Amino acid sequence: MRAFTQHDGLVAPMDRANVDTDLMIPKQFLKSIKRSGFGPNLFDDLRYLDEGAPGADNSVRPLNPEFPLNFPRYQNASILLARENFGCGSSREHAAWALADDGFCCVIAPSFADIFRSNALKNGILPIELSATQVQVLFDMLFETEGFRLQVDLSANTLTLPNGDIWPFQIDAFRRECLLQGLDDVGITLESTDAIKAFEEHHAKRFPWLFEDLVL
Amino acid sequence: MAQTLYDKLWEAHLVDQREDGTSLIYIDRHLLHEVTSAQAFEGLSLAGRSPWRRNANLAVPDHNVSTLQAERAAGLAALPDPVSRIQLQALDDNCKAFDIAEIPLNDIRQGIVHVMGPEQGAVLPGMTVVCGDSHTSTHGAVGALAHGIGTSEVEHVLATQCLIQRKMKNFRVQVTGQLPRGVTAKDLALAVIGRIGTAGGTGYALEFSGDAVCALTMEGRMTLCNMAIEAGARCGLVAVDDVTIEYVRGKPLAPKGEHWTAAEAWWRSLRSDDGAHFDRSIEIDGSAVRAQVTWGTSPEMVASVDGYVPRLAEMPDETARQGLQRALEYMGLSEGMPITDIQPDAIFIGSCTNSRIEDLREAAAVLRGRRLSSSIKKALVVPGSGLVKAQAEAEGLDQIFMEAGMEWREPGCSMCLAMNADRLEPGERCASTSNRNFEGRQGSGGRTHLVSPAMAAAAAVMGHFVSIDDVEAVSDVVGEGL
Ligand code: SF4
Repeated sequence: MRAFTQHDGLVAPMDRANVDTDLMIPKQFLKSIKRSGFGPNLFDDLRYLDEGAPGADNSVRPLNPEFPLNFPRYQNASILLARENFGCGSSREHAAWALADDGFCCVIAPSFADIFRSNALKNGILPIELSATQVQVLFDMLFETEGFRLQVDLSANTLTLPNGDIWPFQIDAFRRECLLQGLDDVGITLESTDAIKAFEEHHAKRFPWLFEDLVL
Repeated sequence: MAQTLYDKLWEAHLVDQREDGTSLIYIDRHLLHEVTSAQAFEGLSLAGRSPWRRNANLAVPDHNVSTLQAERAAGLAALPDPVSRIQLQALDDNCKAFDIAEIPLNDIRQGIVHVMGPEQGAVLPGMTVVCGDSHTSTHGAVGALAHGIGTSEVEHVLATQCLIQRKMKNFRVQVTGQLPRGVTAKDLALAVIGRIGTAGGTGYALEFSGDAVCALTMEGRMTLCNMAIEAGARCGLVAVDDVTIEYVRGKPLAPKGEHWTAAEAWWRSLRSDDGAHFDRSIEIDGSAVRAQVTWGTSPEMVASVDGYVPRLAEMPDETARQGLQRALEYMGLSEGMPITDIQPDAIFIGSCTNSRIEDLREAAAVLRGRRLSSSIKKALVVPGSGLVKAQAEAEGLDQIFMEAGMEWREPGCSMCLAMNADRLEPGERCASTSNRNFEGRQGSGGRTHLVSPAMAAAAAVMGHFVSIDDVEAVSDVVGEGL
């Protein structure tokens, strides 16, 4: 996983509550067996005026001029400002892959759905939870100021606003460590191989029926 | 100390816990399907790793399979959509390469992963169960700690048999009394979501308890736990009781002999102790729950069938007002309209929420001897598994559906997520027994109203949503009870 320490990026708005992962990456793109290439199909139904298909050339499709992420002022944004319960619904990690592939490395919202939060963190995307009031302040600033940027400093757990205000934010200590160092979970867990083996042995004694051969 | 059911399951699977609460949890059963596994297997290969315990894994194709009999009979190689074919083939190939058990496409046991799992006894009380699908919460109905995971976690479980987790908080939903006649587990699930919202359960394990829950069949409990994720909770739970034990008994992969005796003893302890601490509790009067219909684009946008679509002026704040406005536009509804004025033009009976035999019986009871309203353009009944299909056919339910003018399909996820050819056209309005009414969920531009199988069947006959009382009145005329 790519590491995340500091980031200074342009902010784009996703001004609606309960943004679900179906909206982030519609089902037809889930047919892909790859992890990459989902970026142009992020928010596909909102982003384009026609219906997207896997493998289609997205560069020739008609863009929806009313969708904020298509506005010139938000091009190359890397921080998404969103509302409550961002990423609810399906567990599809394709949603996180699409965000990352489209250049986003941070989402700021008052709350996140559990599975999405975990998927995001595993793909180098930092979900920052702020109060609804703080998020509203950011939305107001974002709409007022063209070129609105934020500085995220994960090593200090702070967000710096263009006016110089510094806001602290909270994040799970373990996840923070993983992001800062770009660690991958499997590697970390395999360091506990002995503990897993010992547990498994004990577990198999206690619940032997769980360890029978799975014969269909 | 008094423990909740969730506390007990957590403790029995805790491998290691760091000071900051980050924990390693051992996984007993890992279910896999074609859509969220290919990238995980690829990751495993690239790292030169192999599955930690291959017997923990069981795979089945379901999300992206064709439900047309002719296409199924022709086999995978003949599937017209090449992209889907590659994905389904990848599951077969990966299972072969990594020596993982797979129920193949045309096996009678094939079905939606959350229907197949309990049916085969691949999911048992007291297990930790994960799957790269958010509706893994379904399996909590048997007293298992079950939740959905992303693809990176699928790879992690394959490689280590563990998940990195933090313990969730405990949330009890106590449903007192008895559900009225004609009100089902689906209505209860929607009523709970309507009450706590789609984020209400975020960070919690949701335990459903109380008389109305105990009175549910295993199928009903699965429907309820299935939609815990729509309430924001990664997992739903119901305590083990006689209903659970009788359900599991004799399932193909259930323990036998001495193992059964030992297992049953442990399973019987899987309930929250008296006085156990819940971080949050709500009580719902089961007898006051009415049949539910979602009118919007989130499962929390729900009303009882004799209710109406909310008005903009009733919204508490600007975000809610905008949300309602957007939902009304997308759904093509006007504020304040009675739910019974909504006229679906498509019907979908299926999905891991409502495609078990009990669901099909419930729908068939309404449809027996009736025909679809002429306004219905598309009506699919998709059984949850080959075994459900065979049982329904043995009971003659397929004939009832077909005589009513509905299509009787092969098992799969079908129009629940519309990855295959089963989908709504833009603007089409569907009474659906599935679990998500998000924009575009059942097809780009499609409009979904989530309901119980009985309500979907009633709407199919009447051409609009009807309250249970009206269906009973109609039933009297036609001479069949609901
Ligand atoms: S039926 Fe629908 S919700 Fe259930 S597993 Fe399939 S796609 Fe997911």
